[in-house]
Amino acid sequence: MAKMNVNGKNYDVDVEPSTPLLWAIREQIGLTGTKYGCGVAQCGACTVHINGAPVRSCSMPVGAVGAKKVTTIEGLAPDGVLTKVQKAWLENEVPQCGYCQSGMIMAVTALLAKKPKPTDADINAAITNICRCGTFQQVREAIHAAANA
Amino acid sequence: MNNTMPNLSRRSFVIGSAAVGSGLALGLNLPFASRLARAAETTPEITAWVVIKPDDSVIIRMARSEMGQGTMTGLSQMVTEELECDWTKVSTEYPTPGQSVARKRAWGDFSTGGSRGIRESHEYVRRGGATARTMLIQAAADEWKVPSAECAAANSIITHTPSGRTTTYGKVAEAASRLPIPKDVALKDPKDWKIIGKRMRRLDTMDKLTGKQIYGADFKLPGMLNATIKECPVFGGKVKSFDAAKVEGRKGVRKVVQVGDSAVAVIAETWWQAKTALDALPIVWDEGESAKVSSATLAAALKEGLGAEQAFVGNKNGDAKSAIAGATKKVESVYAYPNLNHAAMEPLNATARYTPDRCEVWLGTQNGEAAFAAVLAASGLPADKCEVYKLMLGGGFGRRGAFHDFVRQAVLIAKQMPGTPVKLMWTREEDMTQGRYHPLTQCKLTGAFDSNNNLTGLHMRISGQSILNSVRPEALVNGMDPATFQGVAASGEFEFGYAAIPNFLMDHAMRNSHVPPGFWRGVNVNQNAIYMECFMDELAHAAGQDPLEFRRKLMTKNPKHLAVLNAVAEKADWGKPAAKGVFRGLAQMKAYNSYVAACAEVSVTDGNRVKVHRIVCATDPGYAVNPAQIERQIAGSFVYGLSALFYQECTVKNGRIEQTNFHNYNSMKIAQMPKIEAIVMPSGGFWGGVGEPTICVAAPAVLNAIAAATGKRYRSVPLKNHGITLV
Repeated sequence: MAKMNVNGKNYDVDVEPSTPLLWAIREQIGLTGTKYGCGVAQCGACTVHINGAPVRSCSMPVGAVGAKKVTTIEGLAPDGVLTKVQKAWLENEVPQCGYCQSGMIMAVTALLAKKPKPTDADINAAITNICRCGTFQQVREAIHAAANA
Repeated sequence: MNNTMPNLSRRSFVIGSAAVGSGLALGLNLPFASRLARAAETTPEITAWVVIKPDDSVIIRMARSEMGQGTMTGLSQMVTEELECDWTKVSTEYPTPGQSVARKRAWGDFSTGGSRGIRESHEYVRRGGATARTMLIQAAADEWKVPSAECAAANSIITHTPSGRTTTYGKVAEAASRLPIPKDVALKDPKDWKIIGKRMRRLDTMDKLTGKQIYGADFKLPGMLNATIKECPVFGGKVKSFDAAKVEGRKGVRKVVQVGDSAVAVIAETWWQAKTALDALPIVWDEGESAKVSSATLAAALKEGLGAEQAFVGNKNGDAKSAIAGATKKVESVYAYPNLNHAAMEPLNATARYTPDRCEVWLGTQNGEAAFAAVLAASGLPADKCEVYKLMLGGGFGRRGAFHDFVRQAVLIAKQMPGTPVKLMWTREEDMTQGRYHPLTQCKLTGAFDSNNNLTGLHMRISGQSILNSVRPEALVNGMDPATFQGVAASGEFEFGYAAIPNFLMDHAMRNSHVPPGFWRGVNVNQNAIYMECFMDELAHAAGQDPLEFRRKLMTKNPKHLAVLNAVAEKADWGKPAAKGVFRGLAQMKAYNSYVAACAEVSVTDGNRVKVHRIVCATDPGYAVNPAQIERQIAGSFVYGLSALFYQECTVKNGRIEQTNFHNYNSMKIAQMPKIEAIVMPSGGFWGGVGEPTICVAAPAVLNAIAAATGKRYRSVPLKNHGITLV
């Protein structure tokens, strides 16, 4: 049994401490916006925030998270009002299949919290998510648009 | 896209039009489906494309699958154009394959591959919209007791022109649904299009921003269990034994099952429990003879094919062999292209529920009917007891089209848990090692020059795997796989662009292996474009001529090929000096009935650090339904193609694929993304594809630019094997 705080709510989840955070979020709490892509922290589709910092949840054991605050894609706009990153994503029509975009949006949201006006070099260093549809050109445009919003 | 399942029996007013053409080819044989027919003749409910609710909302039903390429938006634009409905009230929905079969394929072909989604359904979906509009206008005219010719529709509002009376589609929809379907409705002239050709917003963006979008991997049913599977890592091998007792007592594990004769699955309460139990399960495989195969043995077999006497002739003009024998100067090169995995972001999955009376499957698929056929075969049940429900795909790229091995597995697993829904999801490792791989080929090219440096002959000998031989042997032509010659074919949607070469010969020594080949975004144009377009640069170099001018002389019989090449050359300032240290490369091809070309700009530092700065790409797809989405497909296709060029290969050791995840099958990131400038230049009069055509010109344009920068020709890929880093 582990205690978790996800999107501002407390949960008791019945998993081994070694269970990756990703699977606790998806299978215990039931939030499926956070995706499984590789399971080895390579693709970033599972990116969530822990105390505001981007983390690849597939490789983070629940036991190591403890009471820290976890935010998933569902927690970005709980009242239905899109964040400026989500709005920029909508305006620039970033997603194609969309499967990687939850993780992409979480990574970008964390970047902008730290660096509100990132340069292209900042973006290149911070955003290492894989997108097989190849949306990077729109991702970059949308990051700058969100930064200037 | 709605996340909800379509409920075709709900109380809404279905306006139809199934005035579909009869020219669609069936991709498979289904028990009840023979050919397209007007379902309205056999069922009281009119089919098929358009549902209008009393609140004027419009639901457009399409059989093709959305996997990110924007086809549902493009097809909806076409229906909307002719329907004259309010675009802001349009949403989309999938009919189910079972419904389609029961209604004599009212929605046409479900297959979404070969960049055919729009180009092969534009006519019948536009007719669907036009027919529905005609019926809605008729219903209003009947109510008003005026001639329908006096009424017009726009933006979901019908106006009786002489009196100025108006009504809405929602108000007359029920009456319209009871009218007979008009036989011949006229379609708009393309010059009158207002929605087709415009940068309309995608219909499916919002839910992808908030985590609400449900993919197959996210689908849930009450009481559902989760499974994951391991197939014999050597293709064609079998299960010898497994020790279920070792893991059966683990928490959450419900059952360990054999699946067919070659796989073992664990069924558990959660997927993570299933995955960790399967990892711990001892399995002994009967790997068979193929366990001796390695990349070296495969390469040796292909090398032999390069010089083999016997080969299938795919295209020829004049007498290339004589021209080469009598040449003043000969140029010869050998190229190679590896097996590749699709690596869609969402690992393969399907949820199945089986009882002896009914079998249902939920999944993301590029071909609902092929999934349906797999359900029938695996369940042993007839079509009226099976159903498939399509969900959003987390990428397809060909893996979820012709191949429904994972659906067969899901059903075979569910059969061992009757009544309980089971979601089977593969690990990334299973996805990497049980692919349907881009075919392995090599190519020997020989060019002949006369004493005036004119190219007089060209021989392209391809040696390697045939996809059709493995997947669709009935499509072979006297043993030959015509798809092998994509991009260098005599005519049609993959027509060779250098028809003015006086003597040429393209032939194929088919050399198959135990590695299952498949359709991978772009399919055979990927390697054929590298082979032909890099060799064209080699020939130009040997002749001491500019690569653009050299090509132009050979393209006098191919004006549309030439037009896109000229367009990229002009926009990229070919012939003018590039920035210091920047070098350019060109490529062109006709693929999926679109003419495409690219000009890449690269710089190379330290001899091996390659930066791709910019790629200008032109496409002439005949008609451009949504230029904004075409631009995104071009950029996306380049990411897919350049990831393969620089990083990717699936190699074989002891009969199995060596690459297991993204750490050893890398994919491009945003840092490496070049600036893509798209030129969308539809010339009209034909329909070309969008999702795949441009992928093939990225790699050869970049390779030619690298050769211009370094003087080095890299004739095998991925470039990482030559010590090259993409920066």
